[in-house]
Amino acid sequence: MEVLFEHFRLWLAAFLTLGIFSFLYKDNPWYKLSEAIFVGISAGYWFVVLFWDNFYGKFWVGAGDYTFGWIGAKLSGGEVPSSSGIDLMLWVGAILGFLMLLRLIPKIGWLSRWPLAFIVGATAGLWLINYVASNVMVQVQATMVPLFSSTFGSGFDSSLGAIIGTIVIFVGTFSGLVYFFFSKAHTGAFGTTAKIGILFLMITFGASFGYTVMSRMSLLIGRIDYLLGDWLGMIK
Amino acid sequence: MGKVNLTLLLAAVAIVIIIAIALIFPLERLGQLYSLLLIFGGLVALLLRSIFAKEVDRRIIFLFIFVAVAAPLLFPITFSEKPTAVVKAVFDRVESLPPGSTVLLSFDFDPAMAPEVQPMANAISRHCLKKGHKVIFMSLWATGQALLTQSLTNTILPEFPEKQDGIDYVNIGYKAGNEGVLNVIVSNFEKMFPTDVNSVPLGEIEIFDDIRSCRDLDFIVSFGGGLPGSKEWVLFVGDPGGVDVAAGVAAVVAPQLYPYYPAQLVGILGGVKGAAEYEFSLKETYPDLKDMDTPGLKMMGPQTLAHIVIISFIVIGNIIYFRGRRKEKGQ
Repeated sequence: MEVLFEHFRLWLAAFLTLGIFSFLYKDNPWYKLSEAIFVGISAGYWFVVLFWDNFYGKFWVGAGDYTFGWIGAKLSGGEVPSSSGIDLMLWVGAILGFLMLLRLIPKIGWLSRWPLAFIVGATAGLWLINYVASNVMVQVQATMVPLFSSTFGSGFDSSLGAIIGTIVIFVGTFSGLVYFFFSKAHTGAFGTTAKIGILFLMITFGASFGYTVMSRMSLLIGRIDYLLGDWLGMIK
Repeated sequence: MGKVNLTLLLAAVAIVIIIAIALIFPLERLGQLYSLLLIFGGLVALLLRSIFAKEVDRRIIFLFIFVAVAAPLLFPITFSEKPTAVVKAVFDRVESLPPGSTVLLSFDFDPAMAPEVQPMANAISRHCLKKGHKVIFMSLWATGQALLTQSLTNTILPEFPEKQDGIDYVNIGYKAGNEGVLNVIVSNFEKMFPTDVNSVPLGEIEIFDDIRSCRDLDFIVSFGGGLPGSKEWVLFVGDPGGVDVAAGVAAVVAPQLYPYYPAQLVGILGGVKGAAEYEFSLKETYPDLKDMDTPGLKMMGPQTLAHIVIISFIVIGNIIYFRGRRKEKGQ
């Protein structure tokens, strides 16, 4: 039975992979079916993961079960559950999460803006300090390095490669910033610097494109390896 | 009539060449050779078409890419890799840590990224265990936990049967909350991960005897390519916690991480190339690992050939474009 299931799994995965690839020829029902299955399974998978990890794993275990147990005990006069490890603050998250669902009721849909405002504010607050510290201060510090020495005041002790690297970073950063300075017309020496900036940007985009091609190729290799190796058994 | 004769003549020459090659070359190399002939012969034919201003159907391009990827998988072509400075820095850091150091490996990726990220994750996990480091495995992605379990059970742990759960390694699993999780574990692990995946409380796990937060770790490697990923590890743990962080990422995000190297990231493994370089270093340093599975190195054959084909198509596309433009100007 296990072997049969394994074969079914292999064939199903191959069927769906080929279905997605069939779009390369032209749009067709096989592709649409594979796409719909993918979207449906992804949504279902994430629902289950978020339900068990967030709703059950965090809220229900951390506060919900205890609260309803406590209310039940108070009403029936039974034993009150232990509050050890309980964090009632989780109710705030649960209520905000519930408010989000009110979007489905047009009359009180405006309440769903509160949790959204909370998310935006909390995210901004969480990111602000770290972003300024790591993405601004440290980055600026890493760019403002001595041209010919490894540390400030250590003389001319850098290697030729390091000096060239530092000059490239300096020229690239400066000319790139000049290109994005639109308050002055890009003419004369200013325009030439901006053009050098474009050159650096193009090289950066080119490097990104090259890496993207490599990334996408890796995914293709993964699927073809599956089709030829796991499914057809042609790869030793 | 002349055209037919020329075609026949070319076909006859091609058959003679194929037979001659079959007689000269060893049998195991024939597959590679015919694949290369097919790919490069086809590219030359397309180049000639482009010179005569004939367009190339996009499906022909797809077919070429398929052949360029499939041929080296069927008839393996391997290349020798020279580790670049960014990859070597990660390798050297793992190598230079004294045995018994605690390393955290975070599997922050999904099945879509797995072909390029999982090989490097397996290689670094293998390296850490080989060096005798204590390894904490975790994930910030729900999908990463399944891939982490797959890596541990299928690849890493069978090679190190002597390693004990809780003493040499521990899997604390996935926790929802993205960068919020990092913001907490930088000061306290137990608040976010009260237990490991086997429901053993962290306080009872030997590895965590001296580890309270990420600040107590010796090294962190984040494998990923999305959000949260290596960038978040730098912003929320590496910089504020003063811990060394390295990144093993899908190639598509590698350029975004270069500004963090070397001040904020020890090193970067970018895509399959990074994985291949790491695997090569590992095999070179540890001869007893020469038979280990090296998916990164294996993928470099198809990668190289596919890149050559893509570059060729860029050249062919430009020829068609400039010829077309010249024709328009002429009219």
